[in-house]
Amino acid sequence: MAQLVSPAGRKLVAGIPMVWLTALFLIPFLIVLKISFSEVRLALPPYAPLFVAHHGVPVPELHLSNYAFLLTDPLYASALVYSLKVAALSTLACLLIGYPMAYAIARSSPTRRSVLLMLVMLPFWTSFLLRVYAWIGLLQSNGVINNVLLALGIVHQPLVMLQTDFSVYIGIVYSYLPFMVLPLYANLEKHDPTLLEAAADLGARPFTRFLRITLPQSVAGIAAGSLLVFIPAVGEYIVPSLLGRTDQLMIGRVLSDEFFENRDWPVASAVAIVMLILLVAPILLLQRFEKDELEAAPQVAAPAEAKAPS
Amino acid sequence: MRTVGYFSRVMLVLGLTFLYAPIASLIVFSFNNSRLVTVWDSAHSPTLKWYVALLTDGEILQAAWLSIRIAVVSATVASVLGTLAGIALARLGAFRGRTLLTGMTTAPIVMPEVITGLSLLLLYVALEHAIGWPRGTGAVTIALAHITFCMAYVTVVVQSRLVGFDASLEEAAMDLGAPPATVFRRITLPLIAPAIMSGWLLAFTLSWDDLVITQFVAGPGSSTLPMVVFSKVRLGVSPDVNALATLMVLIVAAGIGVAAIFMHYRERRRTRDVQRAAAANA
Repeated sequence: MAQLVSPAGRKLVAGIPMVWLTALFLIPFLIVLKISFSEVRLALPPYAPLFVAHHGVPVPELHLSNYAFLLTDPLYASALVYSLKVAALSTLACLLIGYPMAYAIARSSPTRRSVLLMLVMLPFWTSFLLRVYAWIGLLQSNGVINNVLLALGIVHQPLVMLQTDFSVYIGIVYSYLPFMVLPLYANLEKHDPTLLEAAADLGARPFTRFLRITLPQSVAGIAAGSLLVFIPAVGEYIVPSLLGRTDQLMIGRVLSDEFFENRDWPVASAVAIVMLILLVAPILLLQRFEKDELEAAPQVAAPAEAKAPS
Repeated sequence: MRTVGYFSRVMLVLGLTFLYAPIASLIVFSFNNSRLVTVWDSAHSPTLKWYVALLTDGEILQAAWLSIRIAVVSATVASVLGTLAGIALARLGAFRGRTLLTGMTTAPIVMPEVITGLSLLLLYVALEHAIGWPRGTGAVTIALAHITFCMAYVTVVVQSRLVGFDASLEEAAMDLGAPPATVFRRITLPLIAPAIMSGWLLAFTLSWDDLVITQFVAGPGSSTLPMVVFSKVRLGVSPDVNALATLMVLIVAAGIGVAAIFMHYRERRRTRDVQRAAAANA
């Protein structure tokens, strides 16, 4: 294996993407970290330099004031708790809807399977923004759902669904459902059916077989799918902006408002760092399940690939 | 088994309905005459007037053209970088910085976009302060940002394709005396070409659609299509956006249809070749 690429080639193949990602992914985070310890200034850029020269020696000035500010103003804690709650419950909903879907796809015939997989992936290829936008038309007070309910006489007043918790959950579950179904499918598809037959022969009932055999074997798929939904959902910006409540912000919106509206870059950076700290554990966990996720990825990316023999 | 199977099939149908009903409603109401998008004006519908409005809207067309250019450049550079990273992770075995590279190619996929956007803008501002480049933000800074998050996706696609093939073909070519460059050109590249292609398409789609990161790194005068759409729909429904969505769904569906036909044809040819080879051997 090692001789496949010449030593100079090895340096280039690994080195070029490494340099790019260090410059445009890693270093930017260090800058965010640095600015989160800085003080806001009415200048350009609007933050105080972190190092101040003392007798020619640069001395770091670490201000914890931004973090203290996040603790004192309840707006931030409430946005953070709300975001975590929305992300967790949306992940659970995605799992409850996505698991049976993935199961049904994995159990269907090979030809039907590739069509079904493509149907799950197709929305992924169309615009996220436009798919969230579609829900405004469905949920608003003179929207499609209310018109149908009114016409059928089920309700007599239009239901208020837009800009509520309900619409946020709908939007997030809708947008992230494919991310749950695909890793779960990749996992369930690999299961050995003879185990289930053996259990059936030994007299296990269907539900018992599911609980004792299928479910334990699919833990990796559940974990990968849940993390792929949960992590980005915490910082979700588009869904709460278009469908969400105006009296309760999510943390992604708070960060963006701090930055664009208040022009307080240090506080925005501190919010980003707090989010990162909360998400580090799930992200590391996802890396552990990377193998399973990797197996799901080609199907996310390449609908046609999924059925190519390999 | 039957109850579990029955329940899951019902859920599958419901789930797919859930995924497609909003898209269907977007399409239907793009032909509606009323500005109130969701109230069907049966006297004057269907109409194509929102399509006409869309295709004569200078702001939208300009933004779409900018988005296309950025997406083509981003997808192309991201495919090159992502392919290199994918090969490194799948074929180089253990090397220094492997864990770091793995982390840096997985994290951008799940990282909340507000964090990525903020961090990139702060980088640009710090760079401009320090070395005078980039002067302000615009198409170039948007493309740099898009390349960075798109290459993570290409990496995963290429890496998983390479993991799916064991290295024996490449090793056989090496044993027969082919130099590394030839092995790459004649064996590795053709094997991963479909993955690079789907990686390019995925990167194009992601770049074309990105709003959040772009908002951070776009300067005045460089509004991409999602930015224009977002500012329109923030104020409520807008029928020309429905027309835009319909066109995009049509393009994606057509693209997938072409890809499916192409795959079908290729698979048939492969089966035929295998049969022919078997016949020649016999």
